[in-house]
Amino acid sequence: MGVKEGLLALLAAGPSHGYQLKLDLEAATADGNAVNVGQVYTTLQRLERDELVTVQRADDEGRVIYELTEAGRESLGEWMRRPTDLAAAGRDEVSLKVLLALATGSADPREVIATQRGAAMGLLQDYTRLRSEMDPEDIAWQLRLERMVLSVEAELRWLDRAEDRLGDVKSKKATSVRSEAAKASSRQ
Amino acid sequence: MSEPALEMRQVGKTHGQGAQRVDALIAVDLTVAPGELVAVTGRSGSGKTTLLNMAGALDEPTTGTITVDGQRLGEMSRTELARLRRLSVGYVFQQFNLLPALTAVENVTLPLELDGMNLAEARRLGEIALAEVGLDGMADRFPDQLSGGEQQRVAIARGLVGPRRLLLADEPTGALDETTSDNILRIIRQRCDAGAAALLVTHEPAYAAWADRVVRLRDGRVESISERPPVESLVETGP
Repeated sequence: MGVKEGLLALLAAGPSHGYQLKLDLEAATADGNAVNVGQVYTTLQRLERDELVTVQRADDEGRVIYELTEAGRESLGEWMRRPTDLAAAGRDEVSLKVLLALATGSADPREVIATQRGAAMGLLQDYTRLRSEMDPEDIAWQLRLERMVLSVEAELRWLDRAEDRLGDVKSKKATSVRSEAAKASSRQ
Repeated sequence: MSEPALEMRQVGKTHGQGAQRVDALIAVDLTVAPGELVAVTGRSGSGKTTLLNMAGALDEPTTGTITVDGQRLGEMSRTELARLRRLSVGYVFQQFNLLPALTAVENVTLPLELDGMNLAEARRLGEIALAEVGLDGMADRFPDQLSGGEQQRVAIARGLVGPRRLLLADEPTGALDETTSDNILRIIRQRCDAGAAALLVTHEPAYAAWADRVVRLRDGRVESISERPPVESLVETGP
């Protein structure tokens, strides 16, 4: 995840020290594993090198306090305004396994789908249980959970669709890969 | 473990004969224990509703046996079956089938009254069931004074009223918005956590995910796809 952007955003709210930033990042993203302390410090050093933050001073307890620079503020604003590139979707490992199984016959794509469906449904059951016990005041956790639920739902839908498409297609022979590859390269 | 609330053994259902013969269900084994919510998923026409209807004694299997609460359906008299359908089994189906001449609460309590429960007690239980589905204060309205979604919720309350030991739900949240649907599933979940058993047919993964166990019907056969420990066992494994 974007540790850099996370730290810039938190520092935009005011100067802070490394460990506090780690805690605040976890709270803001409702993710207790968002980042480890080491990542926070190495990222802060990089941000300082790039002049996006400055070391303001050490506080009473000797902790180094970081502050956002104007360049840091601009970098954050640019990131927030830029739409995130979603074009990488469809290159995830699940798609890859199904597509490769289909293309090469190295596994039965239907089995790959069934295995993945079980895992995805199990995850959705866990999320649903978490959601039913959710603190309605905890907006960050609520939004994160909703996001996770929707992406698992999308995966389940895709698996169903993939299974439908496979329909009567019997396990494809590896020999068909070459002609498919030829088609793909002629398309480019 | 206690006696299963529902046990289907080698259940098959065949429609038509000869060249028109269709095997809707083939050798289905399915057990639902008290306290368990089992979801049945699968594409349209995969036999989900047929399975549910047979579990609720609304349809008969071609082969195999079905046992509800220790009673084998194929060996029960019509009177016994009718009593089972009225009292032990709660049906939450897509069609509302509300009687237009009866109020919401009368629709809900009809099965209890038919079984001889006194009116005051039936009304009390009916009002509880209506409140559960968010229709408190609407007990005395007639179906045509209710919206489609409200009518559906009356039908759901009718399926939940009284101490049902087995709930059968077929796409129960069809016309309802997301929040209401979530509430209905929460109620079914709570009933199961309190000891009822439920079989939920749905094509929505998000609703199936409320279940302890999700099975999928494919080509007339049941395959288990995911199982999660019931809530109690989660609690017990805590530190």
